Amino acid sequence: MAQVITVTSGKGGVGKTTSSAAFATGLAQRGKRTVVIDFDVGLRNLDLIMGVERRVVFDIINVITGEAKLNQALIKDKRVDGLYILPASQTRDKDALTHEGVGKIIEELAKDFDYILCDSPAGIERGALHALYHADQAIVVTNPEVSSVRDSDRILGVIQSRSKRAEEKREPVKQHLLLTRYDPVRVERGEMLKLEDVLEILAIPLLGVIPESESVLKASNSGNPVILDNESTAGQAYADAVARFLGEDRPQRFLEVEKKKGLFGRLFGGRAA
Amino acid sequence: MSWLDFFRAQKPPAASASQAKDRLQIILAHERVSRDGDDFLPKLQQELLEVVARYVKVDANKVQVNLERGQGMSTLEIGVELPGNGTAKRSAA
Repeated sequence: MAQVITVTSGKGGVGKTTSSAAFATGLAQRGKRTVVIDFDVGLRNLDLIMGVERRVVFDIINVITGEAKLNQALIKDKRVDGLYILPASQTRDKDALTHEGVGKIIEELAKDFDYILCDSPAGIERGALHALYHADQAIVVTNPEVSSVRDSDRILGVIQSRSKRAEEKREPVKQHLLLTRYDPVRVERGEMLKLEDVLEILAIPLLGVIPESESVLKASNSGNPVILDNESTAGQAYADAVARFLGEDRPQRFLEVEKKKGLFGRLFGGRAA
Repeated sequence: MSWLDFFRAQKPPAASASQAKDRLQIILAHERVSRDGDDFLPKLQQELLEVVARYVKVDANKVQVNLERGQGMSTLEIGVELPGNGTAKRSAA
């Protein structure tokens, strides 16, 4: 049975698309047939982060309107087997997404995939509601920062009341916290909310902490999901999160300030990878 | 880092920013062109299919449209899977 995972946050710019791309890639790397859908109709970006922007022919709206078949709109990833991308439309607006249309697409994908990842747009409007409606699980991407934590709390409430599972009074959507852009140096200085603070406030299970890392920008520059960069701390942290999601027990890493480098390291080590 | 790296010149910084610029220039050039005009691909596909369907029976699900946008040139590749020779198969069975 396919699982629908919605990656959401309320607030924009916290790393939903980066996380969706990394997570989908990670699941496929571990042998799960995975499709990741961009729900940000009008402002698509998942294609860029996945590096497939030049290969987009059809999009989710073409499928909904019947202009293209679902399998024609799916873009097969060339790096990882079993990974597919369904892009959003760049030219239409969010009203083009319909309840039945999205439902049919999810239903059809569920026959063929293990995981369906929905990359939600920011906000709590229509696009975000479509993205979370079918969720079995939700990954709430949060930055250790007041507005992001507040918006995450808001979106958690929306998931609890507006999802299909809530409507049908089934077992609630399983929620996971993914804390991104975490900077242990600033946490130690007392300038940034600690992991424990965020967990205490949001009170949902922790999936992982992704450290602030230069490799995330490099990854988006080149269109390679950061999880493919297994030398970077962010890439490793995403790989850990995927493993935990699949039931493995992995300790949290990158929560503490790295030990001071020796002379050699300081001369040649460069900055955090 | 092996001790030999000590003697090697530092690697030049990976040029990921210039990669970003190149990718953006290509994709934005394409998006700006199609901003005013209608997206012609669905219609093109439909019409092509109609032409092919005049001669052979094709399953719309067996049509793949691939596009590769490039700087000076884009390639549009349309793959139509034609039905096999059903009678031959049956006689072989």
